[in-house]
Amino acid sequence: MSTAIEQPNYNYKVVKYFAIMAVVWGVVGMSIGVLIASQLVWPELNFDTPYLTFSRLRPLHTNAVIFAFGGCALFATSYYVVQRTCQTRIFSDSLAMFTFWGWQAVIVAAAITLPMGLTSTKEYAELEWPIDILITVVWVSYAIVFFGTIAKRSQPHIYVANWFFGAFILTIALLHIINSLAIPVSMWKSYSIYAGTIDAMVQWWYGHNAVGFFLTAGFLGIMYYFIPKQAERPVYSYRLSIVHFWSLISIYVWAGAHHLHYSALPDWAQSAGMVMSLILLAPSWGGMINGMMTLSGAWHKLRTDPILRFLVVSLSFYGMSTFEGPMMAIKTVNALSHNTDWTVGHVHSGALGWVAMVSFGAIYNLLPVVLGKKQGEMYSTDLINVHFWLATLGTVLYICAMWVNGIMQGLMWRAVNTDGTLTYSFVESMDASYGGYLVRVIGGLFFLTGMLVMAYNTYKTVSGAHAEQAKLAKA
Amino acid sequence: MDINDVRGLGTVFALIAFIGIIAWAYSSSRKTRFDDDANMVFKDEDIAQRSALAETTKND
Repeated sequence: MSTAIEQPNYNYKVVKYFAIMAVVWGVVGMSIGVLIASQLVWPELNFDTPYLTFSRLRPLHTNAVIFAFGGCALFATSYYVVQRTCQTRIFSDSLAMFTFWGWQAVIVAAAITLPMGLTSTKEYAELEWPIDILITVVWVSYAIVFFGTIAKRSQPHIYVANWFFGAFILTIALLHIINSLAIPVSMWKSYSIYAGTIDAMVQWWYGHNAVGFFLTAGFLGIMYYFIPKQAERPVYSYRLSIVHFWSLISIYVWAGAHHLHYSALPDWAQSAGMVMSLILLAPSWGGMINGMMTLSGAWHKLRTDPILRFLVVSLSFYGMSTFEGPMMAIKTVNALSHNTDWTVGHVHSGALGWVAMVSFGAIYNLLPVVLGKKQGEMYSTDLINVHFWLATLGTVLYICAMWVNGIMQGLMWRAVNTDGTLTYSFVESMDASYGGYLVRVIGGLFFLTGMLVMAYNTYKTVSGAHAEQAKLAKA
Repeated sequence: MDINDVRGLGTVFALIAFIGIIAWAYSSSRKTRFDDDANMVFKDEDIAQRSALAETTKND
């Protein structure tokens, strides 16, 4: 018995907590998403209360799905992967637990303040300064736990997934602190220290790298561990993964200016942002191909394994969105797509198709392990399959509806009569968008239903494992 | 030499770094090492099982 204690073992508790909360916040965040999508079809759904208006619930939706659902998934997987590939227990059990409760406190604070209308108005950084400080404290603790674990690793090499997680943690710390610098004037009101165009550029340097490091590098860390693990084959090319890492992180940081095409930003900065966005296609696809090719010789597993299907389809969506993104960053394409629903469709192709699906796959893989079972041994594999098809169908409906809407809006807004007047008023383009908005609600409902299936499957898996543990404890 | 020369040199430096990383990663002397590294994800099953056992037998 004593040997079992002396030999290193892993902290699965914090991983389990984060994995379960990822599912819970997934249900919450996606429900709000379906509600606000429905508000665009049936405006009465704001019930004439300020707390439920689109303007307040939209940042709540983005914060809930990105930072609550995505964040918990990243905490869970990074703590799990760093322990398993460094073959050592997490650096500090108590500090890791602090990051869990601290992060939940941030989410709850967001869920209270955003519907109250308390916002800094910076997209994806809406939370006011007291919450920003709490985020900083939690994030620095996260960095200490993660890098502390790497420092005490028993293996000489740091596995590539940890490089991606490490880049994600460091860069998010930098982005959050610099973009959130503000002068508070009261408890819940502050003003950014930047002004005008500089403020816009800092904001989109933050905004685009939140995509690049929170929603990409972190989830690529997941990809590099869980695809080999679930496919039971090492990654296609470890050497490519090294080139992938360094090129991706060094190019991503320059691309943010494409959010400010045709704005007051100097023209050369817009063009630089466009060129760097185009170059970004190469490392993005390099990584995608590396993940895909890991399956070579094991493609037949896709027929029977819905978890692997989640992981591989997430890479397909990643490939699609990282092709679409550079294309939309071209200034002439952007002239058509900017401010239309195409942007919303592009984001969701990445968010639903890539980020959410790779998280589903990873959580289905690791949750049974931290509960003392074999990897992927959930309560029901059939329900994972049901979830997979609901999620795929929902994503496809969503992004197709937004493509149609976006291109139609762009064409209507730029259409001019022979005398130079606009052919359509804005309201006419709104009216023409209703069909697409309805299809989006349906797609969102599919995706949310899949998430509820996952929540049920998770509940049955966890309660089943706890019942077994209770039986073992008695015996 | 003005600031734009420095910026130009920055681009050259980035290109050299990129080629250097590729040369380092793809040199034949590191092939076995990276093949071993790629297999790291499969090498801790004993610890994982022990941790799982600690998880199932604990009674908190």
